[in-house]
Amino acid sequence: MTQLAYHRPVSAAEAARLAAGDPEAKLLAGGQSIVPSLKLGLLAPSALIDLAGIPELRGIRLQGRTLTVGAMTTHAAVAASPEVRSSIPALARLAEGIGDRQVRNRGTAGGSLANSDPAADYPAAALALGAVLRTTRRPIPADAFFKGLFETALEPGELLTAMEFPVPDRAAYVKLPQPASRFALVGVFLAQTGGAVRVAVTGAAPCVFRVREMEEALARRFAPESLAGIGLAADGLSSDIHGSAAYRAHLIPVLARQAVAQALG
Amino acid sequence: MSAQAPYIGRSVERKEDYRFITGSGTYTDDIVLPHQAYACFLRSPHAHAAIRAIDTAAASAAPGVLAVYTARDLAGIGGLPCGWLIHSIDGSPMKEPKHPVLAEGKVRHVGDPLALVVAESAREAKAAAALIEVDYDVLPPVVDTASAASSAVAVHAEAPDNVCFTWGIGDGAAVDAAFSGAAHVTRFSFANNRLIPNAIEPRAANAQYSPASDSYTLYVTSQNPHVARLLMAAFVLGIPEHKLRVVAPDVGGGFGSKIYVYPEETALVWASRRVGRPIKWTAERSESFLSDAHGRDHVTTAELALDADGKFLALRVDTTANMGAYLSTFAPCIPTILHATLLAGQYATPHIHCKVRAVFTNTAPVDAYRGAGRPEATYLLERIVELAARELGLDPVELRRRNFIRAFPYATPVGLTYDTGDYEATLERALELADVRGFAARRRASEQRGLRRGIGYACYIEACGIAPSNIAGRLGARAGLFEAAELRVHPTGKVTVFTGSHSHGQGHETTFAQVVADRLGIALEDVEIEHGDTGKVLFGMGTYGSRSLAVGGSAIVKAADKIVAKGRKIAAHLLEAGEEDVQFSQGAFRVAGTDRVKTFAEVALAAYVPHHYPLETLEPGLNENAFYDPANFTFPAGTYVCEVEVDPQTGRTRIERFTACDDFGNVVNPMIVEGQVHGGLAQGIGQALLESCHYNEDGQLLTGSFVDYAMPRADDLPDFIVETVRGTPCTHNPLGAKGCGEAGAIGSPPAVINAIVDALAPLGVRDVQMPATPYRLWQTLQAARR
Amino acid sequence: MSQPIPLSVNGKAVTVEADPDTLLVTFLREHLRLTGTHVGCDTASCGACTVLIGGRAAKSCNVLLGQVSGEAITTIEGITPADGSLHPMQAAFKACHGLQCGFCTPGMIMSAIDLLTHHAHATREEVRAGLEGNLCRCTGYHNIVSAVMRAAQAMQAAGGGS
Repeated sequence: MTQLAYHRPVSAAEAARLAAGDPEAKLLAGGQSIVPSLKLGLLAPSALIDLAGIPELRGIRLQGRTLTVGAMTTHAAVAASPEVRSSIPALARLAEGIGDRQVRNRGTAGGSLANSDPAADYPAAALALGAVLRTTRRPIPADAFFKGLFETALEPGELLTAMEFPVPDRAAYVKLPQPASRFALVGVFLAQTGGAVRVAVTGAAPCVFRVREMEEALARRFAPESLAGIGLAADGLSSDIHGSAAYRAHLIPVLARQAVAQALG
Repeated sequence: MSAQAPYIGRSVERKEDYRFITGSGTYTDDIVLPHQAYACFLRSPHAHAAIRAIDTAAASAAPGVLAVYTARDLAGIGGLPCGWLIHSIDGSPMKEPKHPVLAEGKVRHVGDPLALVVAESAREAKAAAALIEVDYDVLPPVVDTASAASSAVAVHAEAPDNVCFTWGIGDGAAVDAAFSGAAHVTRFSFANNRLIPNAIEPRAANAQYSPASDSYTLYVTSQNPHVARLLMAAFVLGIPEHKLRVVAPDVGGGFGSKIYVYPEETALVWASRRVGRPIKWTAERSESFLSDAHGRDHVTTAELALDADGKFLALRVDTTANMGAYLSTFAPCIPTILHATLLAGQYATPHIHCKVRAVFTNTAPVDAYRGAGRPEATYLLERIVELAARELGLDPVELRRRNFIRAFPYATPVGLTYDTGDYEATLERALELADVRGFAARRRASEQRGLRRGIGYACYIEACGIAPSNIAGRLGARAGLFEAAELRVHPTGKVTVFTGSHSHGQGHETTFAQVVADRLGIALEDVEIEHGDTGKVLFGMGTYGSRSLAVGGSAIVKAADKIVAKGRKIAAHLLEAGEEDVQFSQGAFRVAGTDRVKTFAEVALAAYVPHHYPLETLEPGLNENAFYDPANFTFPAGTYVCEVEVDPQTGRTRIERFTACDDFGNVVNPMIVEGQVHGGLAQGIGQALLESCHYNEDGQLLTGSFVDYAMPRADDLPDFIVETVRGTPCTHNPLGAKGCGEAGAIGSPPAVINAIVDALAPLGVRDVQMPATPYRLWQTLQAARR
Repeated sequence: MSQPIPLSVNGKAVTVEADPDTLLVTFLREHLRLTGTHVGCDTASCGACTVLIGGRAAKSCNVLLGQVSGEAITTIEGITPADGSLHPMQAAFKACHGLQCGFCTPGMIMSAIDLLTHHAHATREEVRAGLEGNLCRCTGYHNIVSAVMRAAQAMQAAGGGS
């Protein structure tokens, strides 16, 4: 590893200032994605800005129909949180299924979202639940947050501070893991709130995306059968040794049907 | 829990466990020597390239760097030797191109080492290695096993068609005749997927030269340190064998991959003298993926001829086996001697012929991996038997029964003679344990949930305890395959056993102690097992091929019997009796029909304090060694039953039940034996469902980390139902032991695939290639629908 | 850039002068010579390096020293009683033959302790799921699961927790 500078700010504002002052610096949340990249030499930042010492970035709060999760809240904390389990159990289960025990103890919700890994679980939840992502500068609706492969709407020096998840009437997340990494080969998160349904897919493409056709069909009637006949084109979907684009396209309605059944169950 | 004699047959807790569960074991990477230096190897990023030039100037000048070496510096050093010589059908010897320690002129696989950097720290060595500039002329690679022999590109000039040898066994004419009269022929083509062993401890080495004694010490992750010393000293580096001490301390799993002599430790020994510092190298896992010897990788066509009653008439097999870029230490014997000779399985097939073509490719060397040839043979046989049963509309269990060998000894048409066995017994018991009767109801329940359930069988046999040296020699072995042991009885009657078998998870420190404690009638606590150090152990051929108890344990028994024989002489003198009147049992020498007795400890003390001792006819001391060369292979066998549930929508398979019923002959420690079966099952199920080494057409390894190479994890596997029947003891070794280390990995892949095919047969599926990942099953189902 | 980092390892407070981007496992193995924590991969996949940070399992190959400033680290050496006796989890691994080569074992034990700390009544299936972050190539996991189940009983009998 290179001899890089290491900062441990105590406030989000200080962290944002440090990041703004050094475009080559990297924000360090739980480090579960960054540290492997540093080790393999895939990343060589000038400095690391460790966010672990910023209390305001942690914690879970349920106010009315909004669940707020601090960016530095670990997956383990989300999975175990009574607030999450009572309001959006699907989100707790999603957190419980991320990586493994050790990853969940260190990895954070905000780190996962800011990284926008194409196979990560959180982006599917944020998008399907219509979360608002709070930063040191502004609120960003999830629909405007995910821009592409490892790419988000976050600007240099802008720091994700918390996510606000509207509590849905029903939600579920179903994924088929890639056999080795256990990241989602395809994951489908769907949420019903009032008459509206949102369906978000991760793992299948360079960036999480919504499936409007399914949303409309499920909005008409929230039942697995409503998805009958809805097929997805393989165009634009990812293809690798673990699954072709066609296989991923096939899996999306299959997992969506399972998710609907789970949400109803 | 303190156990008491007799120890054999009891699940004694392991003596070695304390150091492992407390983190106080000593693995190679844990060793730091005074003035320790560190190594990094520069590895080829290309599968196939000519090396035009290597510029090491910048690396040599980098901070902390002590030396940089390339093939040029190693001039005069031999290639890594291959321990087995196979002859082609036409009588010509196999092509044996040099396997240089550092690449000479050409790199032949991604990961091929071509420079060694030694520095003050591992970090500095790695940073400096990145500064080496290599001018490559990139060549098209040979990657695919099946088409290697027809490639226009040659991996080695010595083998222009990439063929290392074309070997055959069996009576081809008799097979042809049997096929022409057959009522039914079943054909089956498949690839036995290439695997990466992935012991959790990466390979490592630490080499030191001492000018004071003009000798070398090498600490290395090895399954057989004496063999490493012999090959490295005599064939590669030219160091006198007695000036090289090889220590394999605690080794974190091997599964075959740590049998071989690799370039890295060889280069380290050589460089340690030049640098004048001990040099340590520990593989990063990414390096392990690229440079450990891989396993399997056969492409095979098989045909089984049957008569109208379902009796097997003949089996014809044509296999192409990938050797990788260089011949690893035992590579040529795996698809030949350890594969083709097993093709009779448990069946009395009268005629068998197998042709094996071994090819070079621009991939990592391929050698023995748990099972080594026998999983490939078993997979072939147990799949084709299942296919035949399906084609003939017969119950696959019934078809197997009709063809079982039932009289022993049995000489197969492919060179082996099975000494003993009872295949019906393990089959019967496995069917009971697996609750095969209840399967139909379970299948209906699955179907009601939209899932497919299937059951699959495999009746395997393996040849273990390799091997009689003279037979192995006739088959091409360049080494003996005996094992050595020494028993050192201390004056207090405590015993240290030195064994040439290396333990890297097998529990020898317990099992061997149980054997010795019973043989000498002493407490388990009074026996200590030493292994893994050429400076302590007289000799050894090492641990592989499920041979440690059958061969290594037999050597220990022989040495123990010599101790008793000498002890009887001493006791006779002390008891003033005739030697023939002294009996030894339960740790005491007694004069028959009297109450005169000397304990084992008393006799030991007398041997070392020989005041009243027949010095004129007997040497003092009580120390014996023995070499044991087996009279035959051993033949463990059993039946495995797998039950799966497949989701035809996602293609995901869950193993619902897995039953293994084995006949290992006599068992010393049932708990350890079951553990060996569990581990083998996990690796076999891994091969069937998860694991596959994948190179792309450029020869780049796409499964080069645990992120893409799927290792079985705890929740991929079910609880196992494992039972060892009171079987048929091996007839030719003193323990009656057959070996248990590889059975699980041999018998399980076909059981799993047979179960999946059974589940999906109603959907038109005839075969599923390994590994049966969800994606693969979806593709298979798509093809079946068309 | 080297800087002072305070932390506690196995109950002993230490302040180290080190690069904050040093991997925790490197610090434990090379600086403190606590070699019971092993390195089995370079992708944070195998779990052989698992230690407890603030009582929770983490892969020490995937954590920088700077990240654990002020934290309490527990390694396999730290759960081993000095009197030669064993932690209930260690004893259970021995009794159930939950290890073979021993290389993954310290990490497996640390993960299993975390598992039971947060999930004292786990079923066999839940134990399997809970250990997915630890690779073992030897045992096929069967006896590891049995060991954790046994340890769960022992730890409850002893009043829960570790």
